[in-house]
Amino acid sequence: MANSEQEVLSGLAELINEETGLPTDQVELDKSFTDDLDIDSLSMMTIVVNAEEKFGVKIPDDNVKDLRTVRDAVDFIVKQG
Amino acid sequence: MSESTSVVITGVGATTPLGGDAPSTWDALTKGVSGASLLPYEWVERFELPVKIGATLAVEPDQVLTRQEVKRNDRSSQMSLIAAREAWADASRAAELEVDRERLGVVVASGIGGVTTLLDAYDILLEKGARRVLPLTVPMLMPNGPAATVGLEFGAHAGVHTTVSACASGSEAIAAGVEMIRSGRADVVIAGGTEASIHPLPVSGFAAMRAMSTRNDEPQRASRPYDKGRDGFVLGEGAGIVVLESEAHARARGAHVYAAVAGVGITSDGYHITAPEPEGKYVSQAIGFALRDAGLEPSDIVHINAHATSTPVGDIAEINAIRAALGSAADGAAVSATKSMTGHTLGAAGAIETIATVLALKNRLAPPTINLDDPDDDLTLDVVRVDPRALPEGDIAALNNSFGFGGHNVVLVLRSV
Repeated sequence: MANSEQEVLSGLAELINEETGLPTDQVELDKSFTDDLDIDSLSMMTIVVNAEEKFGVKIPDDNVKDLRTVRDAVDFIVKQG
Repeated sequence: MSESTSVVITGVGATTPLGGDAPSTWDALTKGVSGASLLPYEWVERFELPVKIGATLAVEPDQVLTRQEVKRNDRSSQMSLIAAREAWADASRAAELEVDRERLGVVVASGIGGVTTLLDAYDILLEKGARRVLPLTVPMLMPNGPAATVGLEFGAHAGVHTTVSACASGSEAIAAGVEMIRSGRADVVIAGGTEASIHPLPVSGFAAMRAMSTRNDEPQRASRPYDKGRDGFVLGEGAGIVVLESEAHARARGAHVYAAVAGVGITSDGYHITAPEPEGKYVSQAIGFALRDAGLEPSDIVHINAHATSTPVGDIAEINAIRAALGSAADGAAVSATKSMTGHTLGAAGAIETIATVLALKNRLAPPTINLDDPDDDLTLDVVRVDPRALPEGDIAALNNSFGFGGHNVVLVLRSV
C-alpha cells in the first residue's frame, strides 16, 4: 500500500494530536519532534507503534532514533509503503 | 505534643461520585445525596454481572485534565492528580504554601492499583501482540503510580510512598504522612488515597464473594449501612487528598488550618483474609491506641465517621467495637456512615472520609446516613439519619474508622483547632 507524502503528513499529525493534544496544523515537515513539538521518547514510541498500524509499515526500534524531524518520519514511511 | 510534631490539615481535595471537588462533595453529603446509579458500561450486560450498579465519578477526569495527562495516567492517577491540585491550592488559600521540596513528602494509597490499565493492556497483548502494548503500561499500572504522579507534579524529595491495605489504605496513607512529619522527615506531606476499579474483573470478584449489593432496581437505595435490608456495598471510585503540615510550619506561614490529626491507631486482626474478627477486639484496640496517641478521653469524641460498608456482618461488628472502646461515652457521639452516599471507594475511602470528618468538625455538622429506614436490632449507637446534625461548639474531636481485607484496622483521631 503506497502512501503519498501528504497523506502520511496529515496522518502523522492526527496521531500526534491524539497522543499529545498538539493541534494538527502545527505538525510541519521541518519541525523537530523533541525540540519543536516537545514529544518525549515515550510518546514517540506510542506514535511509532500507532503509525505502523495506520500506514501498514514496520518501523524498527533501531530506526526510530534517526527520525528527528517530521520529514524524516514521513520519508521513512513513504519509502516503506 | 510540641508544635513541630503536631500535625494539622491545611488543604483538602477530592473527586468523588458526589462532586468534582471537596466543597461539592461536602455539600452533597450534608444534603443526603446518593452517588449511585446504574453502571453505564456495556460489559455489565455482556458478562451478565449480578451487580449492575455503582458510584462513578460526578465529573470525568478528561473535563479537567489535559489530553496528555489523561493518556499518560491510569484513571486512579488522574483522580489523585485532580484531588492533589485542589488540596494544594486550598492549602495556599490564606497564605501561599511554600515548602522546601526536600521537606515535602507524598503518601498516596491505592487498594488495587491501575487495574484498568493492566487488563486493557492484556487485551491488547492478546488481540494485537506485544508490539502494540503501550510503553507507559508499567508505570501506569503500578500501585505507586498515583503517588509518583503527585510527587512529580509537586517536586517532592522527602520520599514518595504508597500504602496498600485494601479499604484501610487511604487512612493508612494519612497515618503514614503523620508519621513522616512526627519523625522529622518532612514539614509537609500530600497524603490520601485513590481508586478506579469499576472494571468487570474486580466487580466479578467482589460479586463472586457476595460482598456487593444487588439492589439493581434501586441504585440510590442500595448502600444502606445498619439497615435490616442491607445486602452489601456499592462499589465507588474517587480520590481524596489532604495537605498535612507540621503545626509549626503551618503557623509560621499563617496557613488556614482545618483540624489536627491528633491520633493514629493501627492494629491487625490476624484472623481471616476477608472476615472481620467477630468480637471487634482489634478494632476496639485501634480506637484505644488512637485516643491514647491523641491524649484524649472517650468522652472527647463527639462524632464518628464509621467504616460501615453496608455488609451484613461488618457494620454491627464495628458498632460493637466502638461500644467496647468508648463505653458509655459512645452515647455522646453522632455516627455517620457516609458510604451510604459515596459508595465504597476502597483505597480512597479512608481519605475521602477523613476529609468528610474534618469538614464535619470545621462546619460543626455531622452528615446523615441515608437509607436507614429500618435499623438493625443490634444498632446501639446514635446514628445520624435523614438530616445532618449540629455538633457542639468548643474543642471537639472525632474518629475516622477504616478497615480492610487482610484484617487491617486504621483509626484516626481528628481534633478541632
